[in-house]
Amino acid sequence: MEMINAEIFTLTYGSMVRQLVADYEDVEEVNKQLDKMGFNIGQRLIDEYLAKSKTQRCSDFRETAEKIAKVGFKMFLNTTASVTNWNADGTECSLILEDNPLTDFVELPEQLSALKYSNLLCGVIRGALEMVNMDVECSFVKDMLRGDDVYEMRLKLLSSSTESYPFKDDD
Amino acid sequence: MFQTRGSVGIVDKTFSRQGKQEISLSSFAYLFGELVQYCQSQVSNIGELERKLDEVGYGVGVRLLEVLCYRERSQRRETRLLDMLKFVHSTLWKYMFGRQARDLEQSNTAEDEYMISDSDLFVTKYVSVPREMGHFNPAAFVAGVVRGVLEGAGFPARVTAHYVAVKDQLRPKTVILIKFTGYSAIMQREQRMPGS
Repeated sequence: MEMINAEIFTLTYGSMVRQLVADYEDVEEVNKQLDKMGFNIGQRLIDEYLAKSKTQRCSDFRETAEKIAKVGFKMFLNTTASVTNWNADGTECSLILEDNPLTDFVELPEQLSALKYSNLLCGVIRGALEMVNMDVECSFVKDMLRGDDVYEMRLKLLSSSTESYPFKDDD
Repeated sequence: MFQTRGSVGIVDKTFSRQGKQEISLSSFAYLFGELVQYCQSQVSNIGELERKLDEVGYGVGVRLLEVLCYRERSQRRETRLLDMLKFVHSTLWKYMFGRQARDLEQSNTAEDEYMISDSDLFVTKYVSVPREMGHFNPAAFVAGVVRGVLEGAGFPARVTAHYVAVKDQLRPKTVILIKFTGYSAIMQREQRMPGS
């Protein structure tokens, strides 16, 4: 894949978030907008992932989460995440990021402490998985910008359906 | 006003010297696409859209200037107009696009106007401008970056991006037009500098 300087990406993202904060005033709205943008990105990004990653179809959600963390993050953010804290059913897990390229050079001021700065990523994951028939919930539970020790996203599978044609052969 | 909860502020952290981390161009393209769409939803005409993108770019530019001065220029900042333009043309361009800009010219008609032109800037790579949007150039974002860098260094300017058709080439080149707003003041300032 063609590469560019990561700092340009980081600063562009930062400048965009600043613009959103200036436009919306309400921090919750900014979080929502970031998630929405991520969702749009995810819907398109999944095609590139499927075309270029050369991975096999995932057999279960555990494998899906691993692929997101090891292959997806590597492809699009040039970093990897680790997958931990599975629940007993294998439908909920945490993605832990130690290095998050979105947040280089970033410091959250006190009055924006409710801002989920990297919320775009949650949207991306949700959008991408929706295109492969998985309904998920994704949100940040730990954020280094808010003083936690790592970035942790909680990923929860709500429902998934196998792919089927909406029409019959003899129609 | 700006107090953080973390014990270590961002300025206390070590500053990475090389900064050669890379990220895939498509990630940027996705983000940029969303950014343009968002800006478009906030405005009613192309001029405003370009201004909005320019604003976002400006935020990048003022920060880049600082990063570049520390990293590439061993904590020095250019103080003369021509040196500053060369800095944009070579250092900034190399940092952003991996190579120097193709041309840096002074306008024939006005001495306070300069042009940097280049083709295939990666921000425009996956963008096709619909016909009804006419002359819109997504490189307005790059123009904003240039404006941020120049203004941060004390050279306020109006910077705009334009497509210019090139003979025998399918794709137009992008011209970043820089018009310094306080040109005579800048020139007077330069004359007072030692060594001129």
